[in-house]
Amino acid sequence: MDVGQYDLNDTAIRTFDPKEHELAISTDNLQVFYGDNHAFYDGSLQFERYKITALIGASGSGKSTFLRSLNRMNDGVARVDGQIWYRGLDINSPRINVYEMRKHVGMVFQRPNPFSKSIRENITFALKENGIKKKQQLDQIVEESLKGAALWDEVKDILDRSALALSGGQQQRLCIARAIAMKPDILLMDEPASALDPISTLKVEETMVELKKKYTIIIVTHNMQQASRVSDYTAFFHLGHVIEYDKTKNVFTLPQKKATDDYVSGNFG
Amino acid sequence: MDSIKEKIQSKSKETRQEVTGKILSYSAIILIVAVVISIFAFVASKGIATFTQNHASLKDFFLTTDWSPTAVGKDGRPLVGALPMILGSFGVTLLAVLFATPFAIGTALYMTQIASKRGHRLLQIVIELLVGIPSVVYGFIGLSVVVPFVRTHFGGSGYGILSGSFVLFVMVLPTVTSMTEDSLRAVPSYYKSASLALGATEWQTIYKVILRAALPGILTAVVFGMARAFGEALAVQMVIGNATLMPKGLLSASSTLTSVLTMGIGNTVMGTVGNNALWSLALVLLLMSLIFNLLIKWIGRRGRF
Repeated sequence: MDVGQYDLNDTAIRTFDPKEHELAISTDNLQVFYGDNHAFYDGSLQFERYKITALIGASGSGKSTFLRSLNRMNDGVARVDGQIWYRGLDINSPRINVYEMRKHVGMVFQRPNPFSKSIRENITFALKENGIKKKQQLDQIVEESLKGAALWDEVKDILDRSALALSGGQQQRLCIARAIAMKPDILLMDEPASALDPISTLKVEETMVELKKKYTIIIVTHNMQQASRVSDYTAFFHLGHVIEYDKTKNVFTLPQKKATDDYVSGNFG
Repeated sequence: MDSIKEKIQSKSKETRQEVTGKILSYSAIILIVAVVISIFAFVASKGIATFTQNHASLKDFFLTTDWSPTAVGKDGRPLVGALPMILGSFGVTLLAVLFATPFAIGTALYMTQIASKRGHRLLQIVIELLVGIPSVVYGFIGLSVVVPFVRTHFGGSGYGILSGSFVLFVMVLPTVTSMTEDSLRAVPSYYKSASLALGATEWQTIYKVILRAALPGILTAVVFGMARAFGEALAVQMVIGNATLMPKGLLSASSTLTSVLTMGIGNTVMGTVGNNALWSLALVLLLMSLIFNLLIKWIGRRGRF
């Protein structure tokens, strides 16, 4: 099937009424360029607080590029135009202290990427760099974060062992624990379960549903069942455009655009 | 059917190629192993002869400072105190590596973390050039630039361990740099993104994550640099002063194992005490390079977390 047949400017994107929905982060006319390559066009998306929003789409549709722009991980990699609004500030502006900002907009990557340090040190690394030195306080945060990532029971007796000895699923939950130890507002997850087996995937998903009580989560996923299982809202990306954005149920059962319909019913992608 | 059956059971061009290939690679290995073993056996037999045939004492060799193998001491044993040279060798080696390591790490960090592609290529060319310069050229530059520099700014004659280590510093720098660069490059890029995503700055990331992860590789690079410095003869010989005396400091003329060897080996007759004593020095050099090698292997094994 020819994927270029859809009208990429024919879109159905949900907006939120600020009186009814609290927004965590939103973008205005976001565009991303890798050199001359225009990787992402004109994305104006709003993300509701304490919800899970899934970004779905085929490989190369720009969803990861979009996600990585949100906490400026594309700095030095790609040029990002447009605005990203967080707490009334445009965090895409050069005046922003990206290091401080990233403490509030955390990220979990596709491949579990713990440091080759102990489990404990993986979590305390960033805390120590931020001046938290008291052992008691560090221990408490380690426990809270590991509990938050549903990993505490499995590792509480081996905190000083190498994080690399954990299974892939445990490593990924450790990375989630590491991210939430910073107490961010928003957690960006770039295909957090794509490198995991089904059982680990399920655990990570359960963790996410638990986490949304305290955090806003934006997740990129290739797995449509995963998107439909865990997310409240879903945005469908296609060839660098956002085609459709609505409640997950609507996107999967009553898609308004043909491209979305074809993608969620498995006709391409 | 029968022709297939026949072909399966008979030899073909491919099977003969397999055999030829195996014979070629095995004979290459056997040759190299034989050469290495012969060198070891030869150097060892000659080096040990000082102590077995000429009855020099092993204790004197490592612990006394009087080096005149053709003369005989009060106890009737040849005077083969090699301590000054051993100290000289270790002195120049350690100092050279001490100077070189910070520069090497800095350069390698710049090349891997900061430089643009063009800057990186430019530096790579510079480093490869440094490797390619013959050691006699380094020695000559040392003689005409470093020695006068040390003489005017530090005192003494200019010849000595300090000059030797300055020259060696430049000579080991490319080795240590390019190996450090390799080990930094081997740190998975996701460590960096993980650290940045937690709000760490570039510097915190480099210092706390990347350098820590690359530490075994960097140590290996340093030991390689030491091995190279320890074995370098010509350039050191040209600037160290070649006095087989106990070094009184970094500025007094002294010698290394290699410099005594290159100076002396042409002036002795095979089989005499003087000649055998030099072979003993060579044996020490050989054993040291073996130790450096084992050290590298050991670090490499321990490095895997």
